[in-house]
Amino acid sequence: MEAIAFYLFSALTIAMFTIVVVSDNALYAMSALAGGMIFIAGFFFLLDAEFLGVVQIIVYTGAVMALYAFGMMFFDTTRAVKENVENKYVLNTLAGLATVFAVVAVTAPFAGEHVGYVLEAVAPIIDGVGNSQMVGYVLFTKYLVPFELAAIMLLVAMIAGIVLVSKTMDKNITMLEAEVQEEAEKDYKKDKIWI
Amino acid sequence: MNENAMIIETIIKAVTILAVFSALAGFTTYIERKILAFMQRRLGPMHVGPAGVLQIAADGIKLFTKEDFIPQNAVKPIFKIAPVITAATAFIALAAVPILPEFILPFTDYVVRPIVADINVGILFVLGAMSVGMYGPLLAGMSQSNKWGLLGAARTVIQLLSFEVVTGLSLIAPLMMIGSLSLIDINNYQTGGLSDWLIWSQPVAFILFLIAGFAETNRTPFDLLEHEAEIVSGYATEYSGMRWGLFFIGEYANLFTVSFLVSIIFLGGFNPLWFIPGGIMILLKISFFIFLFLWVRAAWPHVRPDQLMWFCWKVLMPVAVINILITGIVLI
Repeated sequence: MEAIAFYLFSALTIAMFTIVVVSDNALYAMSALAGGMIFIAGFFFLLDAEFLGVVQIIVYTGAVMALYAFGMMFFDTTRAVKENVENKYVLNTLAGLATVFAVVAVTAPFAGEHVGYVLEAVAPIIDGVGNSQMVGYVLFTKYLVPFELAAIMLLVAMIAGIVLVSKTMDKNITMLEAEVQEEAEKDYKKDKIWI
Repeated sequence: MNENAMIIETIIKAVTILAVFSALAGFTTYIERKILAFMQRRLGPMHVGPAGVLQIAADGIKLFTKEDFIPQNAVKPIFKIAPVITAATAFIALAAVPILPEFILPFTDYVVRPIVADINVGILFVLGAMSVGMYGPLLAGMSQSNKWGLLGAARTVIQLLSFEVVTGLSLIAPLMMIGSLSLIDINNYQTGGLSDWLIWSQPVAFILFLIAGFAETNRTPFDLLEHEAEIVSGYATEYSGMRWGLFFIGEYANLFTVSFLVSIIFLGGFNPLWFIPGGIMILLKISFFIFLFLWVRAAWPHVRPDQLMWFCWKVLMPVAVINILITGIVLI
């Protein structure tokens, strides 16, 4: 059962992300990316990490991808995107090297297991403790400092976003420039009458 | 129980839920029209069958036989799959909801647990599946190359993302008291009768969650996604026939999911009350909430999109955060 599910999810995930890379239609790429994120959640469910699986769905598919989609509404998504690539070979080589590096970096510890290096879990599973409790426990003891730092970074980003947007918040963006001029003239005339 | 029996049982449960809730979606449209009509001093559907009951069948035949129309410039695969996403995610969300209390199958001693998948992060799973449901309207609006559709999709994302925040924050307070994310644990927490219901200790969270539920199922005070007077039909502008029907079924299934969530989390779920058994109790609560959804639709006008955003971020969200803070202080 588990093996079938694993290979099914792997095949689907790889297929989805291939579409993301290969397709030149922004809408295909976006839907495939959202689908791929959901299939990755399948791996978490297979490993009995329901909490992380659900969080994967809510955060990546539900929130991050929806924001991408919101950005893409400013383009015509029904047309193919023309990519502006200056040198195809440099791009392909760099992308290939980066991929190999990432794979080696992630799999090196597991390969090391075969030559005698024993891999130990940083926070081993305790019997009878649910994994949402376990995540909370690890976050607020061992990883408290990075957790709080990440929270502060997000706060900084949020305040920066609000400051950037709020410069023009007191103006009505749906009013045309001519209308604004007209309004100003009206106000001026009104003042004159009172004087 | 061996593995095969479990697989068969799960399939039977899934098919039953699909069949029952699809049928209920159709029936709810009839109830909705009748209740709206009585509240507005009309008769509603009267011509087909006794008191217009067969109107559902007539509508169904019309939906099934209508031409499946796809606009010329649409992105066809995405356009076709979008309504399926809405309906599918609505039913996937129902998979983790305990529909009724455990019961013994008549004439046998086989115990049935009416929940398809009892995962111990049930409530998060339901909310996650419902949040993925926003891809239906979103992809529909973006793929149909119609400006009304695009506006509808933009409104979908804004509204659902904003109110997801309120849903999540309002649920944190009751979950802090219960200490579990499983819907069955949440239900069992309130076994002690009327006074144990969480609505008494978390009234603010109850109201916030209900308001957010109206927004997430896009019911009337907040139904801006397909506001007929402004954007034709929003994301569903170019859809016809059964594809439009799928959007409809998904929307009504979500209505039932939200009703189930509110009843289970705040109103004692399927615990028996006085002489009323638990199964009847939850059906009564669901019926009441469906009626409430229709009642509000008859009584209240739409709000403007900017009023909706103002309400969400400047009223509901701060109230939800303060509620969490107070609950935390009381618990400690």
